[in-house]
Order: sequence, then structure tokens, then C-alpha cells
Amino acid sequence: MIKTEEIIVAGFGGQGVLSLGQVLSYSAIIEDKETSWMPSYGPEMRGGTANCVVIISDGRISSPLVSRYDSAIILNQPSLDKFESCVKPGGFLFYEESTIVNPPTREDIHIFKIAATEEANKLNKKQVANMIMLGAFLEVRSIVKLESVSKALLKVLPERHHHLIPLNEKAIGIGKEIIQKQYQETI
Amino acid sequence: MENTNKKEVRLMKGNEALAEAAIRAGLHAYFGYPITPQSEILEYFEEQAPKRGFTVLQAESEVASINMIYGAAGAGARVMTSSSSPGVSLMQEGISYIATAELPCLIVNITRGGPGLGTIQPSQGDYFQSVKGGGHGDYKLFVLAPSSVQEMADFVFDAFRVSEKYRIPALILADGALGQMMEKLTLPEEGSLPHVTPEWGTTGKTKDRERNIITSLHIQPEKMEAINHHLQAKYKAIEEAEVRYEEYFMEDAEIVFVAFGLSARICQKAVDIVREKGIKAGLIRPITLFPFPKQIISETANRAVGFMVVEMNAGQMVEDVQLAVNGKCPVYFKGRMGGMIPTPEEIAVALEEKFIHHEEKV
Repeated sequence: MIKTEEIIVAGFGGQGVLSLGQVLSYSAIIEDKETSWMPSYGPEMRGGTANCVVIISDGRISSPLVSRYDSAIILNQPSLDKFESCVKPGGFLFYEESTIVNPPTREDIHIFKIAATEEANKLNKKQVANMIMLGAFLEVRSIVKLESVSKALLKVLPERHHHLIPLNEKAIGIGKEIIQKQYQETI
Repeated sequence: MENTNKKEVRLMKGNEALAEAAIRAGLHAYFGYPITPQSEILEYFEEQAPKRGFTVLQAESEVASINMIYGAAGAGARVMTSSSSPGVSLMQEGISYIATAELPCLIVNITRGGPGLGTIQPSQGDYFQSVKGGGHGDYKLFVLAPSSVQEMADFVFDAFRVSEKYRIPALILADGALGQMMEKLTLPEEGSLPHVTPEWGTTGKTKDRERNIITSLHIQPEKMEAINHHLQAKYKAIEEAEVRYEEYFMEDAEIVFVAFGLSARICQKAVDIVREKGIKAGLIRPITLFPFPKQIISETANRAVGFMVVEMNAGQMVEDVQLAVNGKCPVYFKGRMGGMIPTPEEIAVALEEKFIHHEEKV
């Protein structure tokens, strides 16, 4: 059986959802897996919300667009409203809590609440909230290795930001710790 | 300094992969005008041109860029332009001239939802425009429809090769999603498509030959008819030698999807979905839209229960499938329009409604 993970990453423009997805796709390539990264580039994006569909597979990827996801990484309320119902039963929903007024209600999926913005602010770099989300995701769904993610960061971040790679790696570690502390029994 | 020569695996957007492949295919010049969702092509060329030694020019309009292509191709250069639907509409007069003057070149259409100025979201609404003329008169283009980022790169080489062999403009017809999405690809090797200075090009007259004239104007009808016969013979030769298609689960297929580009990727997943329910479905994916793979469709129609054509338009390629099937079995259509992309589940349901539930009712 071919192992495939279909992921939606969604939030406001500027929260780094597209680059989070790219880090996942690059990591997959480093591990010689197949991958596709499909961004929203339309009026939706211009209106402030952005998302990308990332598929990582051991085999050939057919449709790069799907309507049901194994995992959702959600960074704002409109995205949660739109994508909560699209997670496959038994799937995984990770959400950044700071803007969420109406939390998810489904009982047939695994839900993880992550204080990513709060933790990123403690690092004085709110831009790494996306990497905290990535760390949390990877702690539960270890579809790519951490060392591949580190290599992927070199590819995704422009050279002028390479000095921030250690900070990004630290943020990923924080995301993993949040899961370990809060959801020990779940995973 | 990056080594751009060796074969390497990269994660790239379709638009960037296409542009990089064109540079590796020995592009001499690119003329274009920005429009979403293909502006990355122009941007990539502008970024690379100073380092890689080719000409890139942002024209004042699409009308200008296609006429620059006409001129540069006439001088024997390997040239291309790219645009998206409304911009490609503006180019149609020039494309007809280039086809009549028998010049090789590459035109890329990263299609968006129409008609009109429409939307920037992906569409396949320019199928008719691409294969049935688009401009005036009886001409054809060699039309390739990629369905992955890998093919966005590979087909540039194929397009130039066929275009130069037959002296016919080539068109790569993709959609906004293929332009914007990133996938893993292995880039084609630089230098694998050698340049041949064409003897018909306006490269400067030497004493040992007559002057070369590039024109599409032949005022005498006898002459113009002869040119038409010549063009039609060429199109026939291309139909005999250059058809490309791909089959997916066709060995025992009873119900056959026909789809190109992104729709074909979605149909692959739909095949997987209905196969799990025991429905023997398969897919024929036309890779060349002209020449259209009518023979395989016609042969398949002898044994198939029926066809379902899936397109991101109101039903265009379905007419060519119907012509190939020629009434031998039913041909149904499922489409989305205006920049909407069908989901694999939606396609699977459409197939079951037409072929499975329908039979139960009878």
C-alpha cells in the first residue's frame, strides 16, 4: 500500500502558510519522495487569506488538488471555518489558537490546539509561529525527518535570511515540545 | 555559482520550470507581456538573461510581442512568447501570419477562466482557440498539453523540436494551476537541442543563392491555394507521425475517461476511486491536442461501454472525442467553468450517475 499524506495549510497572508507548505515539499524531495504544492493564488489570496495543498507520497501523485485531507494546519478562524469539515474521519487538525473564537467541534478527528503566536512572541519573532505549527504537526505526523526539514529551510529561505535558520529550528523544537507536554496521552 | 548543466532534482513552479527548460533548450529570445497567472515566466527570464546570454524583452503589448516573434523567427532564431487567455486572443492575427509564413516558434498559454477578462483561476476554455484556428484561415499549430511540472519543462524541448522540423508554430496549452503549482522535477540537460541555421531564414543574402522572403501575403488565388495544399499536406504528415497520448488503467477498461492537462490528473484519482468499487474505468490522456489522438479513441470505442470527457470548460474537446467515437458508444461530458476545478470525487459521482445508477434504473 502506497503511503500518502494529503495536507491543507491555511491562514492569513503573511503568516507563512505558503512557506510552511514549501518546507514540507522540499523535505519530501530530500527524502526522495513524490510531492506537490498547490497554492491558492486567486482573489481569495488578494483578500487576505492564503492556503496551499501539500501532498507527499511514496508513489505517483495523481490529482494535486483534493477535497478531503489527512491533516489540516490552520492559522486563522476563516480557514478553520472552511476546512474543519474537510478533514477525513480519523484525521488530524492543528490550529493556532490566538485568533480562534469558535474552536473546532468535531469528535471524529484528532484536534491539537497550539499557542504558536504566543510562543513565537516569546522568541521576539512572531514570524516563526508557522514553524512552531510545523514542529507540532511533525511530532504527531512524522512524515519527514527533522534533518530533512533543516536542509529544506536552506532551500526555502532566501540566502539573506539564512542566519535565521537556527531560530526556525528552535521554533520547530518548541512546537514538538508543546505536543509532548499537552498531548502526551493522545499520541 | 550553481551548476545549471547537470541533471538535477528540483522543486519548482510550473511557470519557472518551463522558463528554465526554454533556456536549456537554447532559447535565443523571449518577447512577452505580463499577465496573471503566468507572469513568473517573464520574471524568470528577466532574472536569468544577464547571466545566461539570451534576449528578453517586455513588449508594449501582446500584439507587439507576437510580431516580434514573427520577425525574430523569420531571421532563424529560436524564440518564444507566453501569455494567458486574453493576451493570447490578442496574438491570434500574428499567429495566423506565422503559421502561413511557416516559421517555427513556441507560444505558451497558461489559461485562465473566461470568457472576457474573466478570472485568474485555472481553466481549459481555450481548447477551441488552440486547435481549431483561433486566428483566421486554415492553419494548425502543434499543440502540447502538459499535466505536471515535469512535463511543463520536458514539452518545451518537444515543442521546439517538432516546430523546427515541420516549420510550424508550437503551442503549449497549460492552465493557471499547472503554472502556479510546485512539483519535483528533473530538469532537461542543456545543449541537447542543437541549433541549425535555417536555409530559409533572412540571415543576410549571399551571392550563391536567391533572397529569402518571409511573407504570408500571396495575392494570386492560384498561388494561395497551392500554399494551402502545401500546409494541409504538412498537417497530415504531423497527424501521421506526432500523435502522443497516455493511457491509465486501460487494459480492461469498460468506461473511459478522456481528459487533458490538469483534468487528466484529477481523472486519474477518479479512476482510483471508482476502481475501488469494482468499476472498470480507465483514462486516455491526449498529450498532443493537435494532432488529436483520434485513432486510439476510435479503436477503444469498438469495445468500450462508453466515454466520459472531463474538461474545465463548457465542453470543447468532447466534440473531437465524439468525432473519433463516431456514434459507436455514448459520450458524456462533465465540466466546470469560470476558473472552478472539479474534484476527483465529483468526477467519480458523475461517472457513476451516467453509467452505473442509470443502468440500474433501466
